[in-house]
Amino acid sequence: MRLLRSVILFYYDGFRGMTVGRTLWLIIAIKLFVMFAILRVFFFQPVLHGSDKEKAEQVRENMLNHHENR
Amino acid sequence: MLTAVEWSRAQFAMTAMYHWLFVPLTLGLGLIVAIMETVYVRKKLNPATAQAEAAEWLDMTKFWMRLFGVNFAIGVATGIVLEFEFGTNWSNYSWFVGDIFGAPLAIEGIFAFFCESTFFAVMFFGWEKFGIRQHCAATWLTAFGATMSAWWILVANSWMQHPVGMEFDPDQMRNVMVSFTDVALSPTAVNKFCHVVTSSWSLGACFVISVSGWYLLKGRHTGFAIRSMKVAGVAGLAGIMGTMISGDTSAVQVTKDQPMKLAAMEGLYEGRPGTDLVGFGILNPDKKWDNDEDAMLVEIKIPRGLSILGRHDPDAFIPGIKDIIEGRDIVDGKEVNTVNYSERILRGRIAQKALRDYGRARECNDMVGMKEAREKLAKHYRFFGYGYLGKVDEAIPPVAMTFYPFHIMVILGGWLLVFLCASVWILFRRQEWMKFRIAGWQVFPWLAMAAAPVAWVCSQCGWIVAEVGRQPWTIQDIMPVQAAISSVGPGNVKLTFFIFLILFTCLLMAEIGIMVKQIKDKK
Repeated sequence: MRLLRSVILFYYDGFRGMTVGRTLWLIIAIKLFVMFAILRVFFFQPVLHGSDKEKAEQVRENMLNHHENR
Repeated sequence: MLTAVEWSRAQFAMTAMYHWLFVPLTLGLGLIVAIMETVYVRKKLNPATAQAEAAEWLDMTKFWMRLFGVNFAIGVATGIVLEFEFGTNWSNYSWFVGDIFGAPLAIEGIFAFFCESTFFAVMFFGWEKFGIRQHCAATWLTAFGATMSAWWILVANSWMQHPVGMEFDPDQMRNVMVSFTDVALSPTAVNKFCHVVTSSWSLGACFVISVSGWYLLKGRHTGFAIRSMKVAGVAGLAGIMGTMISGDTSAVQVTKDQPMKLAAMEGLYEGRPGTDLVGFGILNPDKKWDNDEDAMLVEIKIPRGLSILGRHDPDAFIPGIKDIIEGRDIVDGKEVNTVNYSERILRGRIAQKALRDYGRARECNDMVGMKEAREKLAKHYRFFGYGYLGKVDEAIPPVAMTFYPFHIMVILGGWLLVFLCASVWILFRRQEWMKFRIAGWQVFPWLAMAAAPVAWVCSQCGWIVAEVGRQPWTIQDIMPVQAAISSVGPGNVKLTFFIFLILFTCLLMAEIGIMVKQIKDKK
């Protein structure tokens, strides 16, 4: 418990003492928000669905029958 | 109008190249900061050293560490976008490669998260909370963690260039790893790792030299700048020499495993024993593999250079594009039939038909049919990807887009070797030469400032050669790009291409802005 508290305090003090780091963390937060909350959710959904067997069949179909049209 | 394949490739190229702006700087600057901090620790702990001198090294370490932090923060997670693209745009590929690609990426994720993130925090938050030796160890471990992350990414990439240690399972429709060591320690991976890491050291060094060059030009912090340049000069020289040695072993590897890439790198259509190396050249745009046009409009050749580079033998035969397509090669003086491309296409189609037959036999529970189809598939699997090609021309990578970046990389890399040798000599032996002027122009600081952009261009060109030169393959000989792509339309990919373009431009501007402010405001 003491170790956990020390670790938390270490990060807490570190973040509080930051100067340039605040701007950087803001940029990181915005970047991660755009990537995970917008791009991932609305544009980058995995294309293959279902069980592994179903995914294998989708790939079989794509690779053996549909590649010509791309 | 571009197809979904072309938009997906453009998007992947853009995101990978953007990601690669940050990675080599992290690897190179990490090493330089660790060296600086080690010098600081040694001076601090040596009672014979004046503490003011130790304080100067501490100031250096903290300054470059801050720029390392800015670069790390802006670059972090840009690689995740590539994984989004694998799942959405390249789902056939992602499934087909299975755990061979997934395992190294997972290990990389663990390294990146646990090793880099933990010690990165100690580096920045731990100055007052850890002893100086412990802190220095954390700095080295951060640099080590970043380098090991790169190892696993390069293992995954190398497997695509030279697939080993796997076999194809037609039930799972994916390749299954049969030897982890073959995958993780393939000669392609080892060469690529050495080449990438050492070139990143020289890029990080050039960055330090460029910023220091600006201070020299402005007459600010000259003592700091010269000390920084000394460390960077030595690290950069070691890096560029390592890059050249590993570049040589990579060339031998490429000649053996990806001869078409080597032929495209050199614009070589017809080989001969004792093949010359094109030192500088302009390609003839009318040249095709099956016409009699000259390959070059203008060229300066190094006699027998390509034979020495590719096979370490001045008399060796290096096959050109036409030779490779027609299945001709000469190894150790003996003519070798390497399977011509028309036959490869035929055998690729036989393999694909066998895979279809296997699926049908499995639906009917026809065990004999399954066994026959599986045997036929295994026999021709090494040419599986050729079955997707309509004609042999489609197996030729874009020659100009491989040739020019290769020559830019070699020429600029050669320049960096000369510049870094000269810099080390000047910094350690002839510091008065730093003030040398031509018509009022301060030569050394300006050349120093140009070093980082030159190193970045070199680094990006290296990846263009590696990735464009292996086209049309996503996995060499097994899966071309048109088979790797998901069933997606070009519209969505096009939209996200431009979203990335805007996002990345904003992030890059933010990074440059913050870095410039840090450099200008140094006290």
